[in-house]
Amino acid sequence: MIWTALTALLSHWRSNRLQFFAMVAGLALATALWSGVQAINAEARASYDAAAATLGEGQFDQLLPRSGDRIDQSTYIALRRAGWQVSPVLEGRLSTEDGRVRLVGLDPLTAPGTIAPVGMQEAANLDDFLTRGVLFAAPDVAEALAAAVPQRVITDTSVAPGVALTDIGVAQTLLDAEAKFSRLIIAPAQPMGLSDLAEVAPNLVRQPAQDAGAGRLTDSFHLNLTAFGLLSFAVGIFIVHGTISLAFEQRRSMVRTIRALGVPLKVLIGLMISELILFALVAGGIGVALGYVIAAVLLPNVAATLQGLYGASVAGTLQLRPEWWLSGLAIAVLGTGFAASGALWKIAQMPLLASARPRAWAVASGETARRLGVVAALLFATGIALAIWGQGLTLAFALLACLLIGAALILPLLLRSAVTLADRKVRSAMWQWFWADTRQQVPGMSLALMALLLATAANVGVSTMVSSFRVTFVDFLDQRLAPELFVRIENPDQSADIEVILLSEAREVLPLLSVETDISAVPTELFGVRVGPTYRENWLFLDDDGGVWDRVEAGRAVVVSEQLARRAGLWIGDPVTIAPALILPIAAIVADYGNPLGQAIISEPLFRDLYPDTVPTSFGIRTDDPSALRLALTEKHGLPESGITDQSRIKAFSLGVFERTFTVTGALNVLTLAVAAFAILMSLLTLASIRVPQLAPAWALGLTRRRLGQLELLRAVVLAMVTTVLAIPLGLMLAWVLLSYVNVEAFGWKLPLYLFPGHYALLTLFALLAAALAALWPALRLARTPPSALLKVFANDR
Amino acid sequence: MVLTVQNVTKSFPGAEGDVPVLRGVSLSLDRGETLALTGESGSGKSTLLHLIGGLDRVDSGSITVGGREITTMNDADRAALRRSDVGVIFQQFNLIPSLTVEANIAFQARLAGAFDADHAVRLSKALGLSEHLTKYPEALSGGQQQRVAIARTLTARPKLVLADEPTGNLDEATASEVLGQMLRLVRETGAALLMVTHSSSVARRMERHVHLSQGHVV
Repeated sequence: MIWTALTALLSHWRSNRLQFFAMVAGLALATALWSGVQAINAEARASYDAAAATLGEGQFDQLLPRSGDRIDQSTYIALRRAGWQVSPVLEGRLSTEDGRVRLVGLDPLTAPGTIAPVGMQEAANLDDFLTRGVLFAAPDVAEALAAAVPQRVITDTSVAPGVALTDIGVAQTLLDAEAKFSRLIIAPAQPMGLSDLAEVAPNLVRQPAQDAGAGRLTDSFHLNLTAFGLLSFAVGIFIVHGTISLAFEQRRSMVRTIRALGVPLKVLIGLMISELILFALVAGGIGVALGYVIAAVLLPNVAATLQGLYGASVAGTLQLRPEWWLSGLAIAVLGTGFAASGALWKIAQMPLLASARPRAWAVASGETARRLGVVAALLFATGIALAIWGQGLTLAFALLACLLIGAALILPLLLRSAVTLADRKVRSAMWQWFWADTRQQVPGMSLALMALLLATAANVGVSTMVSSFRVTFVDFLDQRLAPELFVRIENPDQSADIEVILLSEAREVLPLLSVETDISAVPTELFGVRVGPTYRENWLFLDDDGGVWDRVEAGRAVVVSEQLARRAGLWIGDPVTIAPALILPIAAIVADYGNPLGQAIISEPLFRDLYPDTVPTSFGIRTDDPSALRLALTEKHGLPESGITDQSRIKAFSLGVFERTFTVTGALNVLTLAVAAFAILMSLLTLASIRVPQLAPAWALGLTRRRLGQLELLRAVVLAMVTTVLAIPLGLMLAWVLLSYVNVEAFGWKLPLYLFPGHYALLTLFALLAAALAALWPALRLARTPPSALLKVFANDR
Repeated sequence: MVLTVQNVTKSFPGAEGDVPVLRGVSLSLDRGETLALTGESGSGKSTLLHLIGGLDRVDSGSITVGGREITTMNDADRAALRRSDVGVIFQQFNLIPSLTVEANIAFQARLAGAFDADHAVRLSKALGLSEHLTKYPEALSGGQQQRVAIARTLTARPKLVLADEPTGNLDEATASEVLGQMLRLVRETGAALLMVTHSSSVARRMERHVHLSQGHVV
């Protein structure tokens, strides 16, 4: 019985292959975008975990130099003698043929137990590690290193990407940093009664564990990606929902017959669920494979983004990790269950003797549309409440969800209203029929149009955000990169001499002095600037209370970055502790994009008083003739060409990083829109099968088949146009939420909203073109419907 | 007796309370017997047929099919009864459009686990369907589709065949031909036949005739 009934159920798909294709393709696309994003996230998290496991990032508190980037061995010895259980780490870059490798030297005798590559723990040849100077690295790095260092390089897949590990002594030799360390890891267990750090090592600053981990820093970025994946998944599920609903409506008579012939309802429902699970697994499998391809294509850009925004290293190659492909299959099954639950419920509730004629399968007939409108109004109200009183990234996404779901739910009502309005304006019988018929089609196309609405709104919203960001970022680069040339020196001892040379040749010299410190418990880069025309003329503030540079120059105020201000809950006028004996009020807030640390700016003299040992190793140079100055510096004063960079190169590089940062969102944007176009195509094709009875009377009354086909095309374009026009204000609201809430929570900065009417017009054109292309085939099929098929509608045996 | 109906009542909810459709109907049918159930529209003919087929539940009374009381059966048992002991032929044919004629004919017998390929071939030949076995129902005329429905029912060798206006959708000549074939084959299989019909000419071709009026046998 089971097999016979299942064969009958499955036979529906054999004779409705397009419907089957729509369902599988919709589900596969939805799963692909979701699992692609999950694959990227899983790869990144695996990289962070590897970094945490092998380098101690984020696991332990650390001691960092207050200025400069090295700690003297004497400081380490002083701490050990004072009882501090600390372990030294030395980091630096090694050049190889393929690029630069991050070399990390550890002291296995003092390092906390969980730090070390797995292979090293298991093979446990400590003697090798300590005496023969082996290096451990991931396979790609190991290959590149083998030719670059004399030591033996052991391949270990558990080592973080782009990193090589070795004994600290070997690292000191390879990095030419004898008796120097980069940081000291503080063991979790420390003896009682330790001396205060300020007494033993006043030149070190303690960084709490949670601030150091890449995982925490990048959580918001991954949440953004996940939200995008979920949006794409939702758009795909609309296709699946539409197809399954239609298929189940068409199978009502079959279900009734099978039940009448003796198959119990429970068995039938069980078979339908099994059938759907089977399809979900097949489509999910295809989706996971597609997701792998998407992730493999996008991962290098994501890795560049994470490196650029957060300084987090992520492997550029993808592994088939169970957590994402299993989650892909699981969400395919869950999504199918969600899409089919309504249809299954209706079948389960259908009395055996109920009419088998297919009812309207759409979500929104008049009454339903009004009910959905009420739900949408409630969601909008919730969104407004969240916008006013909510805080945090999750609530920002909840606000987005309220906005998008509410807009999707209210769409059928708005479309019906628009069509009714058009209906009232026309006089001719044909156009009256056209609008009446269009109103009848709105429910059937609602899901596809909702998908188009969401995809277009997401496109408008995200592109507005990215373009607004680009405009702001270019302005920001113009401010920050005002100096025409930048000079970097390798040896800090030459700093003073070089500065004298630069002063003799340039219009203005801006030494770049900075140390890393904590301000209001936020990791911050403190700058000492030489206040002059460049700062006064070029820097724009997000907020200030007047006379900023005069007060900074006089050592009476500080300028802080927006990220520091928002994270520390500070704003203009608030006092800030710069050093134990120095508290200054905030005179201005400046924007700072692309830097995970906070920034604080004080005057150069004040900085030199606080950190007398810190000397500038980079200088910004103002000049009217950069080429002549570059020539003079290299020819006359013998500065190396590689140490001089001009402004345009840095700008181009920064913009390049920016563009790569948003490649992934751009790609997801395009994919989502493509899925929405596919949803329209599938909707129209599946609707076409039940359109004949609706069109036959119009044909019988004198409309040609060709004319009917043209009107079908026009109908799809009109509905798509109304939807796209509605999507633009929705997209702008989305952009506003992204810029005003999500970005502030995720990155710590708030950006101004710019409008790009040209882009919206182009997008509308694309959406209409996509709708027209999607409608073309179904319209042609209808136009070519043989008269015999139209006549069947009037036959007695229907 | 293959079928015994005793004092069956059935009502349906209406705008002004329950509307009684059957008011104590009793009848019986022996093996190999044919019975026409006639009556005006709304007299309860189809309702009685559905109750006998276990497609609906009685309000009161008793129905036994092959000696088994079906009014106390649960859904699964009634479904099992329909698979093996009862065959229903509908006015609208109710074929499965996505299965071929051959698969449709075999369908109920396969559900019951009693498919006999030779028997199916014989029935197909007898009903003139041999040339259409690989076609889908939509390619057949109404008369041919009803023949497929008859073959589907008889292939499962039910003890009781219930037919609800099986020729109601066919023209007069085709209806007469289909009815003749059905009666002949039902007699050959030894099943009892209860047929709901409006047509007095159809009713005359049956061995017995029961008329329903306002929910009563008259």
